[in-house]
Amino acid sequence: MNISKKDFIAEAEEIIENVNSSLLELQGGFNPDTLNSVFRGVHTMKGLSGLFGLKGISSLSHTLESVLDDLRLGKIDLNNDTLNFIFHNIDVLKNLITQINEDKEVEDVSDVIKEIEKFREAARSKTEDSSVEDIGVSDSILKVLSEYEEHRLKSNFKEGKGIFLAKSVYELTNFAPELEAMNSTLKSLGEVIATLPSSEGVPEGSIGFNLLFSSSLKIDEVKSKVSSADIEEISSPARQAAVSEADQHKQRPTSQPASLKSSTNTVRVDIEKLDKILNTVGELVLAKGAVVRIGSELSEDIGYTPLTLDVHKIAQSLARKLAELQNQILELRMVPFSQIFTRLSQVVRRYTREVEKEIDFELFGEDTEIDKLLAEEIIDPLIHIIRNSIDHGIELTDKRLALGKKERGTITMKAFPKGNNVVVTIRDDGAGLDVDKIFQKAIERKLIPEDQILELKEKVELIFIPGLSTKEEVSDVSGRGVGMDIVKERITSLGGFVEVESEKGAGTEFSLTLPITLAIIKALIAKVANEHFCIPLTSISETFIVRNEEIQTIEGREVIEIRGEMLPLLRVARVFMLEEELKDEYFAIAVGFGSTRVGLLVDNLLEQTEIIIKPLGERLKDIQGLAGAAEIGKHEIVLVLDVDSLMEESFSRKNINGS
Amino acid sequence: MKSALIVDDSGVTRSLIRSAIEEIGDLNTFEASSGFEALKALPSQSFDVIIVDINMPDINGLEIINFVKNNDQYKNVPVVIVSTESSEEDRKRGMKLGAFAYLTKPFTTKELQDTVKKALNI
Repeated sequence: MNISKKDFIAEAEEIIENVNSSLLELQGGFNPDTLNSVFRGVHTMKGLSGLFGLKGISSLSHTLESVLDDLRLGKIDLNNDTLNFIFHNIDVLKNLITQINEDKEVEDVSDVIKEIEKFREAARSKTEDSSVEDIGVSDSILKVLSEYEEHRLKSNFKEGKGIFLAKSVYELTNFAPELEAMNSTLKSLGEVIATLPSSEGVPEGSIGFNLLFSSSLKIDEVKSKVSSADIEEISSPARQAAVSEADQHKQRPTSQPASLKSSTNTVRVDIEKLDKILNTVGELVLAKGAVVRIGSELSEDIGYTPLTLDVHKIAQSLARKLAELQNQILELRMVPFSQIFTRLSQVVRRYTREVEKEIDFELFGEDTEIDKLLAEEIIDPLIHIIRNSIDHGIELTDKRLALGKKERGTITMKAFPKGNNVVVTIRDDGAGLDVDKIFQKAIERKLIPEDQILELKEKVELIFIPGLSTKEEVSDVSGRGVGMDIVKERITSLGGFVEVESEKGAGTEFSLTLPITLAIIKALIAKVANEHFCIPLTSISETFIVRNEEIQTIEGREVIEIRGEMLPLLRVARVFMLEEELKDEYFAIAVGFGSTRVGLLVDNLLEQTEIIIKPLGERLKDIQGLAGAAEIGKHEIVLVLDVDSLMEESFSRKNINGS
Repeated sequence: MKSALIVDDSGVTRSLIRSAIEEIGDLNTFEASSGFEALKALPSQSFDVIIVDINMPDINGLEIINFVKNNDQYKNVPVVIVSTESSEEDRKRGMKLGAFAYLTKPFTTKELQDTVKKALNI
């Protein structure tokens, strides 16, 4: 078995994601389980990076782990500052992982480590836990407790909780669900401190469990609520139990027995493996096509016999099942928006702190699902939009108060399905776009003619024009040189679109409409020079052969007359500066509709196939006229033409005809 | 053919351990992703060595060691603890409970192989 960097990255990213969502949960209130899971995440990261010889990550996680260990053992108080500090350093850790993933040089973090050590030194308090002996837990149990479990025991005791032991015996072959149920029952009464399996005094084929737990309830109440286990009281709850019970409810808003489940019921699958399955299905679809064809040929030859009807029936059910299979696989690739939200929340936290503004970040629709690859792709555009809102949208507190606005600004992000799409809206209650200024700037920069007359909505959309954002606007928060044009381009390349609405003084709302998946589309594969290109079938109106002598030149542009209308031509080879073959005849693919139709000239038409469009890599993404890439057949990558931008090109460039 | 059970909640760590000890040869390896899974796996095979991480959710490594060492069926199976250096206190407790040896992450492939060989008496 070969364990690669990729495996490391996948697990490391998952750990970071879990740690971050646990940290967010801790913001809402202390919960020992959640804090412990943050510790365990960083702990695993340390072990893992050490085994991979990644020094930077390993020493940073080691230092962080010490802080978290102190936190969970009660040696450092958990407050907002501490949480922010941890959040920040998890970000640093995440950056290191990204650098490894991108094969970049890993930055030196020795200063960060020193800072963390200093923080730990300053935050550690000398308070010692009370002695464990006073509690009355038997030695045979005490010696099995980990240091952390021992601390939780003492801490619960100190808070005046009762300490109990629940003893139960299950069948060895099927103890999991019953133990899980017991665990969640006990969690609803208090805290499960340790789960101790035991085979002493237990009949053959069974397994016993002693669950050490705390509760503010009296022994009688506990017994009445846990009927399926023997309850033994180790120490009874103190008198202030009523108070601490109220506390307890506050502290554990959702005790989740789900943690046991998640480790047993989910598998992590490399998305590439799903792609492979999808490709295999694609090949099956071709095979199905052959069965259909054989069916019709048979019925042409021998008429509708029971045999031919059978073939038809089978072909139909094959088609149905294949479509189902495709959908099921696409579903596997779906992740909930909560994953994106977790990451964005951190960004908001960090940037609000930096710009010293007070902002609430509200999220809705975290269960909405989206394709994993799309989720990765839209993170950057979303971050950019949110940064813009924080930086330019939300006003400083003084100004807000002066304007009679709520003291704290609000950014609301919603994700919801809409037909075959997912819509994400990001709304801020800030100053709104200064439409006139934007319009003015666009004219100054000669991005639009001086005498241009635009509707308000069109003026607002000027922010998507390349070259509008200026150096003056650059701040630490918005980043450098990245404008809204990039956001638009990214979203468009994913097959979605961006809209913006803004009201001066009241705020701005961006709305991103995205495909739910990078769905399978039908496409035509054409050959140009020695390259293959895909053109989505939905944008093609017809194809035909063009003879060289039929091509005319009108106003410096190559056209062909077809059914009495002039169709402008665009030589794909020329657009991408490929070597042109001089030929007597070409194939033309008419794309677009009505007056904006264009004929794309290619050397040959090869086949129709189903493709999944994937975004282009760094090197190709700036090239005009490409919508993405697709894999066809066996590992052959084909570029997908962006018909819209090709048409724009064709109409804007008068000198398209060089000959 | 001997068999080994690897208990660790990190999948990648399990794979690393697995590929290292499979090089010893003549060894069947089984993986468990939690203490809970380990308890399920134990009766399914007759294991010759158990490699266990300490810090795991729900049922931790110490609890597994204690279970194994107090069960007539398993008590002679050597248990090797793999943990990080920060878990020193817990490691000590594990040794007291009857673990055969411990390894501190990061360990080398050879250290792991040597320890497992010793545990298997080969």
